[in-house]
Amino acid sequence: MTPSTLQSILHFLQTWWVELTCGVVIVAVVPLVAGYLVLMERKLMADMQARLGPMRVGPHGLLQPIADAVKLLIKEDIIPSESDKFIFWLAPVVSMTAALTSMGAIAFGPSFQVARDINIGILFVLGVSSLGFLGIILGGWASNSHYSIIGALRSTAQLVSYETAGGLAIISSLLLSGTLSVSGIVTAQQNQHVWFIFLAPVAFFIYLVASIAETNRAPFDLPEAESELVAGYMTEYSGFRWALYFLGEYANMIVVGSVATTLFLGGWLRPFPNVHWLNWLDFLPGLFMLLLGAYCTYRAGKQPVKVQTAFMWGVALCCFLVALIFAVPWFVAPIKFVIPGLNGAFWFLLKVTAYIYLFMWVRFTLPRYRFDQLMHLGWYILIPLAIVNVFAVGIAMLIAANSTWNHALVLALATIATTIVTLVCAIFLVRWHDRHTESASLAPDSYVG
Amino acid sequence: MLDSILFYFFAGVAVISAVLMVTRRNALHSAVFLITTLMATAGIFLQLRAEFLFIAQIIIYVGGIMVLFIFVIMLVRLDVALHHIRFRMKNLVFTAVIAVLGAEAGAILYYARKLPGQGLFIQNIAPAEKLAPNSEKLAESLFSNYLLPFEIASVLLLVAMVGAVVMAKNKKRTEDS
Repeated sequence: MTPSTLQSILHFLQTWWVELTCGVVIVAVVPLVAGYLVLMERKLMADMQARLGPMRVGPHGLLQPIADAVKLLIKEDIIPSESDKFIFWLAPVVSMTAALTSMGAIAFGPSFQVARDINIGILFVLGVSSLGFLGIILGGWASNSHYSIIGALRSTAQLVSYETAGGLAIISSLLLSGTLSVSGIVTAQQNQHVWFIFLAPVAFFIYLVASIAETNRAPFDLPEAESELVAGYMTEYSGFRWALYFLGEYANMIVVGSVATTLFLGGWLRPFPNVHWLNWLDFLPGLFMLLLGAYCTYRAGKQPVKVQTAFMWGVALCCFLVALIFAVPWFVAPIKFVIPGLNGAFWFLLKVTAYIYLFMWVRFTLPRYRFDQLMHLGWYILIPLAIVNVFAVGIAMLIAANSTWNHALVLALATIATTIVTLVCAIFLVRWHDRHTESASLAPDSYVG
Repeated sequence: MLDSILFYFFAGVAVISAVLMVTRRNALHSAVFLITTLMATAGIFLQLRAEFLFIAQIIIYVGGIMVLFIFVIMLVRLDVALHHIRFRMKNLVFTAVIAVLGAEAGAILYYARKLPGQGLFIQNIAPAEKLAPNSEKLAESLFSNYLLPFEIASVLLLVAMVGAVVMAKNKKRTEDS
């Protein structure tokens, strides 16, 4: 290796070390986060069904994800003899890679972003994350099983239909901010003093439904409906390949949560970022972790077994450590510049978690749709509604741009009016649809094969 | 230097997977390699700082058109279809097509005496970091200079879409009756 090559590599590392670190952090942390999302989901499900959920591994089952991962790793890796080996091997990898890659353009904080300030940011996230369907359809085909292929076909049909509605829903947010760049959208929300969910509530609702359908989650989890298709496209997968699919699915949830947060919920901004007497909210992340640690310390004494008490102390210690990380920059002047980044990441992750909580809540509350109902909802109601909504937002913006009064106030008023119009349209759409498909809705599922 | 490394990487991937796409017997393997080719081409667009073209290529070709290809491959029995396509003079026709294309490429190279891409006239050489964001530029030119072609193209697409729907509907109605 010549010195000049070495020098250019060093130069490369010097220029790009932030981005490289962010990328490594995403790839390293997301699998762990996905594991804990599974735990969160199981705990929530248990809570809503009046059970305790996983309790054995660690205090309140806190080490369950790690045990699960180890179990999946040492399981036998079964490849069906009639399957297409190459594609069977490739499919889960594609599914996970797409989800992880699309996180590259998401801004987790003001400066925590791998692909910094690419001006197609939001398109990159949507386009690359939608490549995950390739993993699903290839996996379903390669398994050479009827359940798998039906699951894959359903999944693709669902993805294609709901991506249209979701894409039309994000347009209203893009119209309001006037940019495709992720950090640009968040900054636009700061400058306009409002989260876009308040200016485009219908669009947020459409995106919510579309994102549930895109991640194949209940009530739209037709591709892996247990009672009909065993496990859909994942039927023939086991062990670590199955884990990769699962990882891709949960990573995808994080991606759609981040997109919704960025577009509609103000990204990394804290509530009321421009109101100065609320500046104490900047201390909230540290205080929150401190309180959590204190609660864990309080609970530690009440554990039945000594090991669990020790675990609980460990969790409390972790909380205090994170609180310390949040607190230190306030007292050490040279690293004060990291405060906005830390707080931004805290608020962003809080919003994403709330969005995912909503996903899980919906999953345990609503029964599963039938496939033709799902298609009808997508094509007959959501897509026309999304088109009407784009028009409505455009008209509201035109009114605001042409008025001489306070721009923000007029925009808010016009938005309320157009939202009401859109909702009336929605009611008419639903009634029209009900009247015309009463007999069709009793027909057998004609899409399954 | 980074630029040329990226270019040769993407170009190599594109060429190799294009060759693999043609030579695979299994149609779905071919589709997978076609996807790889399209992604590598998108990578070259990105290396040329045409980020909007890059993402449009991924969303439309890989995310849209390839779905259709894979659907057709999965649902149609291709080995039967392939049997119908075979005809007697196929070797002759294929040789003729390859010869004509090869002669064309050779003639271009001979008369230009340059490799493709060499000696191109480049307007406004600007450093890569200082280029204007091209999704805005694209939108501006689409909605000002090229408004009429843009509208004609979209009407054409709409007509095609409506036509497809009508054809699908008709078939269903005759089946019912």
